[in-house]
Amino acid sequence: MTYEAVIGLETHVQLRTRTKMWCGCANEYGAEANTNVCPVCIGLPGVLPVPNAEALRKTALAGMLLNCDVPSYAKWDRKNYFYPDNPKNYQLTQLDFPSTIEGFVEFEFGEGIERVRINRAHLEEDVGKSTHFSDYSGVDFNRAGVPLLEIVTEPDLTDADMAYDYLNALKAILEYGGVSDCNMEKGQVRCDVNISVRPIGQTELGEKVEIKNMNSFSGVRRAASYEIERQIGVLREGGTLVQETRRWDDAVGITESMRTKEDAHDYRYFPDPDLMPHTPSEEWIAEVRASVMELPLARKQRLMADYQLPASDAEVFVGDAALGDYFEVAAKGAKNPKAVANWVMNNLQAKLTETGGSTADLKFESSAIGELVRLVEDSKINSRIAQDVFSEMFESGKAPAVIVEEKGLSQVSDSAELEAFCNEAIEANPGPAQDFRNGKETALNFLKGQVMKASCGKANPQMVGELLKKILGS
Amino acid sequence: MPHTLTISQLTDKLAQGELSSREATQSCLDRIAAVDGQLNAFISHDPEDALAQADAADAALASGKSKPLLGVPIAMKDVIAVNGHPLNCASKILGDFNSPYDATVTEKLREAGAVIFGRVNMDEFAMGSSTENSAFGPARNPWNPDCIPGGSSGGSAVAVAADECIASLASDTGGSIRQPAALCGCVGLKPTYGRVSRYGLVAFASSLDQVGPLTKDVRDAATMLGVIAGEDKRDSTNVPEPVPDYIAALTGDVKGLKIGLPKEYQVEGLDPEVKAATEAAVAKLEKQGAEVKEISLPHTQYAIATYYIIATAEASTNLARFEGVRYGARVDGASPEEMNRATRGAGFGEEVKRRIILGTYVLSSGYYDAYYLRAQKVRTLIRQDFLNAFKEVDLIASPTTPTPAFKIGEKANDPLQMYLSDIFTISCNVAGLCGISIPCGFSVSGLPLGLQLLGKPFGEPDLLRAAHAYEQATEWHTKRPKIG
Ligand SMILES: [Zn+2]
Repeated sequence: MTYEAVIGLETHVQLRTRTKMWCGCANEYGAEANTNVCPVCIGLPGVLPVPNAEALRKTALAGMLLNCDVPSYAKWDRKNYFYPDNPKNYQLTQLDFPSTIEGFVEFEFGEGIERVRINRAHLEEDVGKSTHFSDYSGVDFNRAGVPLLEIVTEPDLTDADMAYDYLNALKAILEYGGVSDCNMEKGQVRCDVNISVRPIGQTELGEKVEIKNMNSFSGVRRAASYEIERQIGVLREGGTLVQETRRWDDAVGITESMRTKEDAHDYRYFPDPDLMPHTPSEEWIAEVRASVMELPLARKQRLMADYQLPASDAEVFVGDAALGDYFEVAAKGAKNPKAVANWVMNNLQAKLTETGGSTADLKFESSAIGELVRLVEDSKINSRIAQDVFSEMFESGKAPAVIVEEKGLSQVSDSAELEAFCNEAIEANPGPAQDFRNGKETALNFLKGQVMKASCGKANPQMVGELLKKILGS
Repeated sequence: MPHTLTISQLTDKLAQGELSSREATQSCLDRIAAVDGQLNAFISHDPEDALAQADAADAALASGKSKPLLGVPIAMKDVIAVNGHPLNCASKILGDFNSPYDATVTEKLREAGAVIFGRVNMDEFAMGSSTENSAFGPARNPWNPDCIPGGSSGGSAVAVAADECIASLASDTGGSIRQPAALCGCVGLKPTYGRVSRYGLVAFASSLDQVGPLTKDVRDAATMLGVIAGEDKRDSTNVPEPVPDYIAALTGDVKGLKIGLPKEYQVEGLDPEVKAATEAAVAKLEKQGAEVKEISLPHTQYAIATYYIIATAEASTNLARFEGVRYGARVDGASPEEMNRATRGAGFGEEVKRRIILGTYVLSSGYYDAYYLRAQKVRTLIRQDFLNAFKEVDLIASPTTPTPAFKIGEKANDPLQMYLSDIFTISCNVAGLCGISIPCGFSVSGLPLGLQLLGKPFGEPDLLRAAHAYEQATEWHTKRPKIG
């Protein structure tokens, strides 16, 4: 019998907001433990939550980017469980009326485009972080109350690689929207994976296994792939599977049972009486919708169509949105956008890496790279000189034409002047000249190099070649 | 004897320079020293801090400043946060916790110039009707120390009735202000839900709790409400309704005001003396020009059950934060679970545990629909009953309590009997209305009786107007217990 896997993902992503979800404390990673805290986020007696407008807006925006509806009524619920990192011992979340519902994500998978349905993207709050020492534990509440977006898919994913590609696409979308930095090292993305298997052709789902708290996409891929094999193995040997929660042991590369359905929590959800429902007006929703930007896949497709870029170049610009934005401005009206892309991806990128700056720090106008490319295309300068001009642009911010003018870098295309250079080179190097006459084509390159050197690189290389041939051939 | 003064009397004397805030505050402190050993209204108080505030108020008075409560000593129920002062909620579980912040109502009192002093006794976490459920021992009724003062704000009512302060701030979840006010012979006002910020009020049942004053007369209640009411961005359930001039509502005139008497309030167990006093009070208002008519609140019989489901459900999770991890008393254990169990087992009193268990049960999966969800639906019906009634009448009158104060220990082992004593006050919170209890007589045994008036949401001006008019025509509120 052949089996297929059914995978659903619940991804928790910290929102990028100035302050936390219910209080004015900074939403900031890396501060000294328990310095970004106040009575509200450590759950002192008597405090009340006040919703963060920026988080509500970014949640709606995220929902729109995931093609979700934004209902006109959402509410808050308490999820009750005791844990030392949970300051109120209940977590505020959205159970049955989430902020956004029923969308989908499209992403490239294999040769085609996959679509995964999104059940909901709802808002909740993060908890603190426990650290265990030899004989005691500590909790840092800086993270407590940070707004957390939970994105729940339908069980539409069918293998580990697809899950991996979906997660990367999701990350790209949320980063694009400025919704989250999705920084894995900072723990801003965490994932619960639901996996079951069933014989192909069977409609009902198999027993679901949940793997909780994965903090890397490659981990999700490895765990899912292990778990699918494990489940199929159990069924092949005539065993039965149970609904359970399992833990992924990354070092060993296996999953282990944590708890079965019988000892599942009863979270005693109920509507939070301290918060009013969120009832966004049509105007508010329209305002958020106006800020919806192009998604990565759409952008890739557009970059390829509008600028005739190869997929690999388009992906570079999708992967680094700021660089992509920069490219689009630089390539405006360019005859050869691919040449502009090369400059942006190679020379500019290298310089930025070298200096540790970003495109925002650049001194020259974004149109300057296009102009530089045009100077080369129009044979005003050759491409070697263009490198020097670019360095100068980077240093001083001057326009390329100005630099060429000031430094006298214009290509020499005057045939009389070039002829003089050529004659000098031939006289100074009778050997190679004779070699060429005797049919050794490569000797011409040597002579050409001498001419370029003598002209300080400004000679028009194409013309030099033609002139040399003409002189030596006569 | 400055401690016997009302707010309006004291502020007059302070303005005239006949008295200083220090003298008034010292007078309250002396009174506490004289009588509180017997009454146990105060859990703690800090005389030095109180006198320092009084001196600051005297300096402000001397410079010609005028504020509604400038220099007036006000005692705080131990459930309202005051920066730098203990916040115990009359429980052991908070240990030596001091609040690092002010409640919004505390801030408002400070802005109004009050001398905020003392932590007054209450039922633990405001759960109870007798102040017997305090980890700091029961408070006693100044009219008869063998009797309970009511609860949960028993200490607040005792402190006002026994002149240990000029006025007091408390909270009302199901009658916790009005019931002790009735049993101790003072005025207790529960504002409309959303009228006063709950920020800094330790939550018992978030959808029912409201802060309000206990005072010596109705004018003082109006003054206090004017100070504490108003918008607060820190409380999402707060309603940004403009605050009217409550003193201006005290016209002394009730002509044309329609007062309803719910026929469902003729309950079994209603004490004949209480019944007679209420009827006399209503007759008095009628004589003053009010119109009285019978009304119906058909879902009254479900109010107590509804209340105890919603209140305990909310309380069970509101009180989850008390487990010794971040603050308060901690009993160590080998694991976080064991530490929780040990801390909460040792820290909470019996009634609090009972309600946490009840609330946990009604929210449990499989029971939620049958209890919590149904209670919310009935709550809507009860509110609708009142809104319908208020189409016909302006106010609803009833006894505040079915009986006068009972003996300490009399109902301590019968929680259900204790819950039933809240029959008249509970609906007001369930429906989100405003209500007031004012003195309306005494039992043969010399215990105070209270008349309750209920008003529509944000109908405090009518409520205060009628209460004040009645008070002007009677002398019950001027009576003081003989003690000390
Ligand atoms: Zn905070």
